[in-house]
Amino acid sequence: MVVKFDVQNLNAWFGSKHVLKNINMKIEENAVTAIIGPSGCGKTTFIRCLNRMHEITPGARVSGKVIFNGVNIYDNGVDPVMVRRKIGMIFQKPNPFPMMSIYDNVAIGLKLNGVRDKKILDAAVRRSLELVNLWDEVKDDLKKSGASLSGGQQQRLCIARALVVEPEVLLMDEPCSALDPIATAKIEALIRELARNYTIIIVTHNMQQAARVSDYTAFLYFGELVEYGPTEQIFENPKHELTEKYLTGKFG
Amino acid sequence: MDYYRFRVVKDRLAQFLVYLALFLALVPLFSILYEVVMRGFSAINIEFFIKPTPTVGEVGGGIANAIQGTLITIGLASLIGVPVGLMSGIFLSEYGESKLSTVIRFLQDVLSGIPSIVIGVFTYTLITRSIGFSVIAAAFALAVIMIPIVTRTTEEALKLVPMSVREAAIALGIPRWKTTITVVLSSAKKAIVTGILLSIARIAGESAPVLVSMGFWRWWFAGLNRPVANLALNVFIFAMSPFENWVTLAWGSALVLILLVLGISIVARVLTRGRY
Repeated sequence: MVVKFDVQNLNAWFGSKHVLKNINMKIEENAVTAIIGPSGCGKTTFIRCLNRMHEITPGARVSGKVIFNGVNIYDNGVDPVMVRRKIGMIFQKPNPFPMMSIYDNVAIGLKLNGVRDKKILDAAVRRSLELVNLWDEVKDDLKKSGASLSGGQQQRLCIARALVVEPEVLLMDEPCSALDPIATAKIEALIRELARNYTIIIVTHNMQQAARVSDYTAFLYFGELVEYGPTEQIFENPKHELTEKYLTGKFG
Repeated sequence: MDYYRFRVVKDRLAQFLVYLALFLALVPLFSILYEVVMRGFSAINIEFFIKPTPTVGEVGGGIANAIQGTLITIGLASLIGVPVGLMSGIFLSEYGESKLSTVIRFLQDVLSGIPSIVIGVFTYTLITRSIGFSVIAAAFALAVIMIPIVTRTTEEALKLVPMSVREAAIALGIPRWKTTITVVLSSAKKAIVTGILLSIARIAGESAPVLVSMGFWRWWFAGLNRPVANLALNVFIFAMSPFENWVTLAWGSALVLILLVLGISIVARVLTRGRY
C-alpha cells in the first residue's frame, strides 16, 4: 500500500463545536476511499480538512497532522493555494461558474494560473472533457453557458474543471446526491476509471454507492472514526457493532 | 351568500383605494414631466445644443457648456467614487465578518443619510477654501455622495453570488484575491454596473453641494482648478433670473437633465434583466 495521506490526530472545530475527534487514518494512492456515516457525523468536514478548505469558514479551526506526499499540509510555510492545486474538490451540488462558457469553466483553472497559449488551453480543455466523457456531448457547444447543461453533465463539467489543473487527488463531497440514477451511474463509472490515475476520496450517505465504487471504506460516527478497512471486509464482516447496525439500517 | 357578497364589496373597496393611491402618487410625476416637456421642448433647437450660455440681453444661446461641464464633473466624481465604493463593497462582502466591517457598514449608512448640502459645506471647508471654487471640489463633493451608494449596491450584488461559486474557485487552487476579482466580480457584474449607473443618475441632478463647492459659471471649461457650468445649477440660477431668455433655457436644461437621468435608468433596467 502506497500511502497518499497519513492523517494523524486530526481534530476540527466550528467555533466551540468539536466536529472531528482524533482521526488517524492512512489513505492509499490511486484507490477509492469512501467515507460513510449518518448526517452531521463530520464526513464533509473530514475531506475539507484534507485540502485546507475547512479553514475558509469563519470560526473554523484544525489541529493535528495531514501528511500528504511526505509533507504536513498544516506546517507553517505551506501555502494552502498550492495544496488545493494538487488536491481537487467536487461539491455536492454541481457548481459551474454561472457567467462563463463551458470552455471557460474548464480553462479557468489554467488561465488564472498564467497559461495564455491558446493551443495549450484548447488541448487541455479537450483532454479534461474527454476524461469525463463529456467531450462528444459538448464539443459543438463550447461557447454556451455551463448552466445550460443538465445536472449530470454539469457535475461532469465540474470534474473536468478540477482535472484540468492536473491534481493528484480528487475529493468528492456526495457528488451524486443531486443527480438521477442514470447520471449517477455515469459518475460512478467515471470514478472507477479515474481511480487508475487519481486518488479519490468520496463522501456518501448512500451505502450501496460506497460498496459499488470504493476499495476502502471508513465509517464515521459523531466525529469519531469507528471503523476503517477494505470495503469488502467492512460490508461483509464489520468488526464493530455500531458499523453493523448502521449498515443494516438499524439507525442512520 | 350574504357573507360572500360582503367579501366582494370589501374586495372592490380595497381595489379602489389601491388604485386611488397609485393615481395620487403618479399625479405629481406626470404633471412635472408634462410641464417640463411642454416648456422645455420649445427651448430646444440646434443652437441650444451647440452654443454656451448667452450674456444678459443676448438673444438665443444654449447649454452646450453646461452639458460639457456636467459630463466633466460627473466623470471626475466617478473616477474618485467608483473605485472607492467598489473596493469598500468588496471588502464588506468578501471580508466582512469583523468588528471593523460592522463599524464601516454603520458609517456608510450614516454617510448616505447626510443631507447633500452638508457635504457641500464640508467640501467647501476642506477643498474650496484652499484651491478655490473649482470642478475638482464639486467632483469631490459628488464622489462623497456616490461612495455609499456604490458600496451598498456592490456589497448586495456580491452577497447574491452563491458561496459555492467562491468555494469552487478556491478549491481549484486559485488565490482568494484572484477568485474575487475574476470569478466573483464577473458573476455579479451586471448588478454592480447597474448600481454605479444609478449612483451617477443620482449625482447628475445634485445642485446644492455643487453650488456651495464650485459655484455658478457661465463659460466653457477653463481648467480643473476653475469652475465649470452645470445643468442642475442652470435650472436653479436661470429659473430665478428676470430674463425671459434665461428662463426658457432653465426649462430646456431641466428637460435635458431629466432625459439624461431617464436614459441612465433605462440602461440600468435593461442590464438587470439577466439573472445576476
